[in-house]
Amino acid sequence: MTTAPARADERVVHVGLARRLLIRPELGAVVGLVAVFTFFASQSPVFRSPAGIANWLDPAATLGIMAVAVALLMIGGEFDLSAGVLTGTSGLILVTLATRFGFDVWSAMLVGLVVALAVGFANGLIVTRTRLPSFIVTLGTFLMLQGVNLGVTKAITGTVQVSGLRRAEGYDGAAAILAGTIEIGGTPFRVAILWWILVTAVATWVLMRTRPGNWIFAVGGNEQAARAVGVPAARTKIALFMTTAFAAWLVGSILALRYTSVQANIGIGQEFIYIIAAVIGGCLLTGGYGSAIGAAFGAVIFGMADKGIVFLGWDADWFTFFLGAMLLLATLANRLVRRYAEEVKH
Amino acid sequence: MILETRGIGKTFGSVLALREVSMGVAAGEVTCVLGDNGAGKSTLIKILSGVHQHDAGTYLVDGREVRFSSPRDALDRGIATVYQDLAMIPLMSVWRNFFLGSEPRKGLAFDVAKARRVAREELRAMGIDIRDVDQPVGTLSGGERQSVAIARAVHFGARVLILDEPTSALGVKQAGVVLRYIARARDRGLGVVFITHNPHHAYPVGDRFLLLNRGTTLGQYAKQDITPQELTALMAGGAELEELTHELRRE
Repeated sequence: MTTAPARADERVVHVGLARRLLIRPELGAVVGLVAVFTFFASQSPVFRSPAGIANWLDPAATLGIMAVAVALLMIGGEFDLSAGVLTGTSGLILVTLATRFGFDVWSAMLVGLVVALAVGFANGLIVTRTRLPSFIVTLGTFLMLQGVNLGVTKAITGTVQVSGLRRAEGYDGAAAILAGTIEIGGTPFRVAILWWILVTAVATWVLMRTRPGNWIFAVGGNEQAARAVGVPAARTKIALFMTTAFAAWLVGSILALRYTSVQANIGIGQEFIYIIAAVIGGCLLTGGYGSAIGAAFGAVIFGMADKGIVFLGWDADWFTFFLGAMLLLATLANRLVRRYAEEVKH
Repeated sequence: MILETRGIGKTFGSVLALREVSMGVAAGEVTCVLGDNGAGKSTLIKILSGVHQHDAGTYLVDGREVRFSSPRDALDRGIATVYQDLAMIPLMSVWRNFFLGSEPRKGLAFDVAKARRVAREELRAMGIDIRDVDQPVGTLSGGERQSVAIARAVHFGARVLILDEPTSALGVKQAGVVLRYIARARDRGLGVVFITHNPHHAYPVGDRFLLLNRGTTLGQYAKQDITPQELTALMAGGAELEELTHELRRE
């Protein structure tokens, strides 16, 4: 084998460390995270106290689990608008079966998992078979699930919520694992935070260090090219839809166990928050680019703003203004990165 | 001959896309397929690469008749095709693209260190001067992208390389770069089928020339049997060109 002498290439000079970091998808989210934290922490002592941190990490965690799964799906080039309402479906199945049909909490959760995965599988199958935009397909499942959630709940309970999960068999064990708290340095933190960190770590590993991770980038970047080199594109996408469904089940179960009751309209509108967190974290709407940890950071920004505004005593209405501004800034930053990455040098 | 066709043909409905085409490629040789748009070049390579099946004549690999049902079949026999447009994923790094679909594994994980190292070594061995295997493929020039795709095919055990118009979208200098890699692949003992409509790209690197026109063959020539001028004239349809010159002449 002939090996060229390892001479320094004069063109490498232009690729400095700064530009290398710039091309990381999560850079925008990290900068935003630092800026938002600095702002609220300097204004509010409660915000930077351990109790305050535990307070804003909690919404970050439940959102983050979803945002990370949605980020993987978006990198794979698809959307899932049914993800938010599916958290409600999973929670409703859990509470209804455990309180009205004599299931213990664990088997009720298992049924919820099977149903959620089936919805994810159906989404994936329809999208890959028909080649319809996933935006439309999952909008359909979103509306259908919304109707089922309300209709079935009303038919069974006569109201729009099911409650009383605390009395169900196996509640204490399940609640300790999914909805409990752990003390770190005298401050109670929600255990959901640990699940969120675990989900983020696993997703990052899969994305960066496994074969399916390579396929996710490929099917989102150029599905035809990926297929041509033997990537199982349909299977990859179906698995991604099922991952989102799994995350929805996890979050739905966490929330149901925490509040012991579930409203039939829960989760509606959340699907866009997941997408926003993923985009702030560096995902492109067009697919093929993004990061799981970036989406987790996006969720932290969301959590900090959500609680920080309250700590400062501002009107909570300002939250959506803030969210919109973050989204716009992040999208602009991502567009610059993408231009740089796709720039063809002749 | 590693790969040979005898009187091969293909019809789509009532359209005769290809009729009675015989050609071959041997190890360490370059066979150029020349023809204008609509001459049947892409139908021929789609048959060779397993995308379409022929419905007349015979297709032989290593002297045995074959009928591929998919590009994967052809790939398993060592026949790799590099398409002009759908070769690479622009936002992914060079090493991720290089191993896409055939990632090396270490336990459950994708052996990233090995992928980086092997990609760098294979590109060097082909004499391809890539700045950095971590850069996105989108930042490479068209010629570099083609070269990476060629190196990938060679690494994964291709014996025959089918290149679909690798130089047509490139500038003069970039085309030269790709021609050099074609020669390098040939020197490593691969058979190359090089599709082009540019006789100036084909002649320097080709050993054999198959000329196609309107779905049928104008003959296969060995290099010693044809001059560059004859090749160009045949390619352009000499008589037609003369007529055009006449027509365009100032009154």
